[in-house]
Amino acid sequence: MSNLDVEKIRQDFPILDRVIDGKRLVYLDNAATSQKPVQVIKSISNYYEQYNSNVHRGIHTMSEEATTAYEGVRETVANFIGAKETCEVIFTRNTTEAINLVAYSWGRQNVLPGDEIVLSPMEHHSNLVPWQQLAQEREAKLVFLELTEDGQINMESAKQLIGSKTRLVTVTQMSNVLGTITPVKELARLAHQHNAIILVDGAQGVPHLKTSVAELECDFYVFSLHKMLGPTGVGILWGKKEILNAMPPFMFGGDMISSVHRDKSRWNELPWKFEAGTPNIADVIASGVAIEYLQNLGMDNVREHEVEITEYALKRLGEIKGITIYGPKDANLRGGVVAFNVEGIHPHDLGQILSDSAVAIRAGHHCCQPLMKDLKVMGTARASFYIYNTLEEVDLLMAALKEADKVMGHVACR
Amino acid sequence: MSLADDLYRETILDHYHNPRNNGSIDNASATVEGVNPLCGDELTLYLNVSPTGLIEDVKLMAHGCSINTASGSMMSEAILGQSVERAEEIIESFKNMMLTKSDEVAFEDELEELEALRGVKKYPVRIKCALLPWNTLLEGIQTAKSTKKE
Repeated sequence: MSNLDVEKIRQDFPILDRVIDGKRLVYLDNAATSQKPVQVIKSISNYYEQYNSNVHRGIHTMSEEATTAYEGVRETVANFIGAKETCEVIFTRNTTEAINLVAYSWGRQNVLPGDEIVLSPMEHHSNLVPWQQLAQEREAKLVFLELTEDGQINMESAKQLIGSKTRLVTVTQMSNVLGTITPVKELARLAHQHNAIILVDGAQGVPHLKTSVAELECDFYVFSLHKMLGPTGVGILWGKKEILNAMPPFMFGGDMISSVHRDKSRWNELPWKFEAGTPNIADVIASGVAIEYLQNLGMDNVREHEVEITEYALKRLGEIKGITIYGPKDANLRGGVVAFNVEGIHPHDLGQILSDSAVAIRAGHHCCQPLMKDLKVMGTARASFYIYNTLEEVDLLMAALKEADKVMGHVACR
Repeated sequence: MSLADDLYRETILDHYHNPRNNGSIDNASATVEGVNPLCGDELTLYLNVSPTGLIEDVKLMAHGCSINTASGSMMSEAILGQSVERAEEIIESFKNMMLTKSDEVAFEDELEELEALRGVKKYPVRIKCALLPWNTLLEGIQTAKSTKKE
């Protein structure tokens, strides 16, 4: 057993007591968004009840409190992801906005006709569509890495595909479908050998894996707090200071300026140059509480717990006739995300019937339509785990799957 | 009885497992693709309309969930051999049933089977699945009409 006291953790999550149609909720859609502990929820109401005020401008007590708390989270984040300086941490709305910021600001300044942008075929739409747009605009080319049979990056072919034309390599740290953990450091070294830079989409990575941007040797790192116990509406862009300093602002307005004249303005310094307008103060502060919660558990313990539960889920799901499980077979090579299909049952039907057993999973293309095409499926069902999930809940998932097969007329066992 | 029993009634499962008018038509008067962006389900509808405006043939290639496939299968039976105008009426009454809150809209006897899909209304996200074939058919009829004019 892992070092996490799961029963104690569960007591911090009021939503896990929810009963749907007489059955206790089994929440297995954590890759979409995680649940929030009471500490995070209380932080939000505490802010609005005790010191709601705008940051960076007021002289009054509450504004100072809000500014201190808001800026304090920058330090918490920097510390959590092993960033050297807090000014390299930029608050955005979510991962998607952070990627768009880089695509608009860095991309339009640095990507030239004929340049290549290298991606993996398992990128979330948010780490694909912004680059498609940039490539079209700049007459640049998208180059896709290859996957091995079990859904890992083929590093031999990566060495051929990343070359002198490569300007940017942009990859997920962990696939939200296959669970594959990407060898980021090796890809970073390949990119740097060719004077390219690397962006890492950490939306599925940092909530589950101990992460250090210094160790990954990446240039940009992006993620969302709502997948790691925090509220929705907060994302992080981390970038190397010298790259961020050379980039033009992405949005213009208040807070991102140092001085404004009728005809021209000067930009604020990092990180505020990239934070135009009043930010999401309450949710940023609550995000800091979420990170501290994870730090108290210890990310090594989080990972150990997830490997244990994923291993068990892979074993139990493998017992079902006609099931296809996607991604690496070894739980040590993947995150706590298990995508699967049961022959004869469409994932949408599966999701629906599981929902009647109060088991919440995701069904569909998971914002990875090109990958679905590669897998030759329209979509998959997906169970994803987090710190509060138990082996017993995997058993409940199994029972619900058997029920689904019954409802659909025992197609899986035909 | 669980909610699932209500949704996955025998009629729906029958049409899902043995979809009627499944396949394609070469040189159809209209070929239309429908997509449900929510789940990525795809559907291709082939329509043959006679010069007098009769739906002579309809075929569907669906890669969808049970609701989507069954709805398309039932739809094909309901409109095959009908005039385009009558088909449009049927589409309208089906969409009415799915999209109005009340359960007042009733079908005439010959369309009674479509009643089986009424249960889908309890699952708002699935209404899109049930409507996809019908919206695709509407588009197909428009295409057939405009090709006829040319």
